[in-house]
Amino acid sequence: MDLLSNLGLGLATAVTPENLLYCLAGVFLGTLIGVLPGLGPTATIAMLLPVTFTLPPVSALIMLAGIYYGSQYGGSTTSILVNVPGEAASVVTTLDGYQMARQGRAGVALATSAISSFFAGTVATCLLALFAPPLAELALKFGPSEYFSLMVLGLLASVVLAQGSLLHAVGMVVLGLLLGLIGTDVNSGVRRFTFDVPQLADGIGFVVVAMGMFGLAEIIRNLGCEDCRSVEVPKITSLMPTREDWKRMVPSILRGTTIGSLLGILPGSGSILGAFAAYSIEKKISKHGAGFGKGMIEGVAAPESANNAGAQTSFIPMLTLGIPSNPVMALMVGAMIIQGISPGPSVMTDQPALFWGIIASMWIGNLFLIILNLPMIGMWVRIATVPYHHLFPTILVFCGIGVFSLKNTEFDIFFMAIFGLLGYLFTKLDCEPAPMLLAFILGPLMEEYLRRAMLLSRGDWTVFFTRPISATLLSLGLLAIIAASLPALVRKRDEAFRKD
Amino acid sequence: MMNKVVRVLLCFAFFGVSLANAEQYPSKVITIIVPYSAGGPTDTVARLVGKAMSGPLKTQMIIENVEGAGGTIAGTKAAGSAPDGYTLFLHHIGMSTAPALYRKLPFDPQKDFEPIGLIGDVPMTLVARKDFPAKDMKELIAYVKANKDKVNLANAGLGAASHLCGMLFMSALQTEFTTIPYKGTGPAMNDLLGGQVDFMCDQTTNTTSHIKAGKVKVYGVTTRKRVASLPDVPTLQESGLPGFEVAVWNGLYAPKNTPKAVIDTLAKALQQALTDPSLIQRFAELGTDVATKDRATPEALRAQLKSETEKWGPIIKKAGVYAD
Repeated sequence: MDLLSNLGLGLATAVTPENLLYCLAGVFLGTLIGVLPGLGPTATIAMLLPVTFTLPPVSALIMLAGIYYGSQYGGSTTSILVNVPGEAASVVTTLDGYQMARQGRAGVALATSAISSFFAGTVATCLLALFAPPLAELALKFGPSEYFSLMVLGLLASVVLAQGSLLHAVGMVVLGLLLGLIGTDVNSGVRRFTFDVPQLADGIGFVVVAMGMFGLAEIIRNLGCEDCRSVEVPKITSLMPTREDWKRMVPSILRGTTIGSLLGILPGSGSILGAFAAYSIEKKISKHGAGFGKGMIEGVAAPESANNAGAQTSFIPMLTLGIPSNPVMALMVGAMIIQGISPGPSVMTDQPALFWGIIASMWIGNLFLIILNLPMIGMWVRIATVPYHHLFPTILVFCGIGVFSLKNTEFDIFFMAIFGLLGYLFTKLDCEPAPMLLAFILGPLMEEYLRRAMLLSRGDWTVFFTRPISATLLSLGLLAIIAASLPALVRKRDEAFRKD
Repeated sequence: MMNKVVRVLLCFAFFGVSLANAEQYPSKVITIIVPYSAGGPTDTVARLVGKAMSGPLKTQMIIENVEGAGGTIAGTKAAGSAPDGYTLFLHHIGMSTAPALYRKLPFDPQKDFEPIGLIGDVPMTLVARKDFPAKDMKELIAYVKANKDKVNLANAGLGAASHLCGMLFMSALQTEFTTIPYKGTGPAMNDLLGGQVDFMCDQTTNTTSHIKAGKVKVYGVTTRKRVASLPDVPTLQESGLPGFEVAVWNGLYAPKNTPKAVIDTLAKALQQALTDPSLIQRFAELGTDVATKDRATPEALRAQLKSETEKWGPIIKKAGVYAD
């Protein structure tokens, strides 16, 4: 009963004409910046922060939240159409989404992404309404050793991401880990591999690497070969998923939503891990797993539902504990402080209209998004018909603006260019950038958690096996290795038999 | 002849214009460089002050967040900006600890900036996980000394206020225990709430809501006087740590060689801004004490920066901590 009255209060707050308008403005703006390669929610919210001064607190937060999940929605559009992931969570979407677009199925890919996101958003919002406090308590059970084990599991899964040679994948993972080492060491303050360049003191930004390795490298590759420039526009078969597509994507969406919601609660890189994990698991489970990376609809549905579910559930630690789980949430906390609300456990009880209003607005926002996005697909798809000599400079300019807006330094633009060249080199060498990128994200986190766990246990390595959650995660990792190597073993044995 | 007259006239015209410009300061938007990300505590202070100062200055003030390397990238950028009063720098206590923490600091906080005035102080609190055994400060000191191999002190990273407070605490107790560095207050607080670490000393901005909700235990505040928002919490000095005083103070600076007239205009605007009722209310909600009129002056900030630099330098050097 309590829940119903609370939801009633939330809906009453969220459906006032004013708040509906701010919600719509937020998701529209979010979609827009998501679609513009490079410009991300962090930069946009930072720029809009002064505007929120003048708004009532609930409206301000509803709008900012809308920008955030709107951009998660829109971010996949560029991943699919031009292979530029605007943010970490949509890196995985490029793998199959862009391939689908190249086969003329961009419309289907975009629709799949919109539908997956809507479903996942709805489920995650319900979770948030029903179980926010207990879920936040669960997340607190995760100490440094648990996080480390989770990262190990994630890294093992990343090798699964690779399509080609296992050796290449492992090499790229190692390279990613090495790149992740650049920057200031948390414990001692020693600067590693920075060569006295102050801009490297905090490491290389993820977006810089991602846009270089994916977006820029793809442009160089396209310019390098006449055929891939898709001057003959791939025939757009249909915009909407067929019955067969539906049948294939529904189970993927369900799995993606579950994984994304759970990992999204964890502060740190929950929603990124969610998308990667959903993709890897889908690749193992799906009947079409072997075709992943060549434009499989499951490869879009699973990560897209996971990242949107994670975007919603990442509000849980922020709303219930006042702890930001990612940079965007940190900005939301800042917006609350500016509004005179002290973020923390008291928000739920002291500001019920705010708490439930935001939750209710999330579902309304998701509804707006699907209404907004489905009709636009036809328009987006036509981007592919823009002559490439117009399209690529536009992408370049937006990537430049986006990268610059992150830290207001032109240094990052040069770095993006370097990673563009590197990315091109790697495609020539048949090395895929996705495992490298995951290792690049996870490496520094793994190190941080490992060393923190070691500090806390006074150097006792057994903590990873004596703490139950950590032990479970590590055993899962072990299982994954066994599962991955079993088919190979079986095949070898078969070959051995055949030789006889 | 004619030519000469024209030249002289032109010269006067030019002078006249530049004089008029100097009189009119500020005639365009002023940028405040903030060394931390948008939405953080320092950024919030800057935005509130910038908004309140834009009234008396009759111009807009915008915030530029230049993150990285503990604020030293922003400091380098601000120190190298044109000294025309259109680029200012807002930094906290880190301005006084940077020379000790960074061996290759590209700027000198005391020499490369003209202080404008102090903005305010944020008191800090010593908090512990909910089920920490000690009942009060005395018990905590005894417990920590008896179990110094077991306890874990969290901080928000090298050079962070929580790191400084922790170092001061160890030197006050004349003991050493394990410190667990985090990247920012958020994750550190998360682990304190989850009971992964034992205690932490952090700004009221970050701890008050958790204290009031009973999610962490509070043992004391680090200021000389008790804090208005936490009236029942004793000061650490009351609890037997004489001289223990830390607060995160914020100051506003301009690059070296900014004209004195400009500095005076800015200081006056700052003093006026600090009497703005909405700013006072927001600061109170943040647990920040607004600087009094006599402290919001160039002289007071210069003196504060000097005394704090002299206070922290030896503590940091003795602990052998470097951030580069």
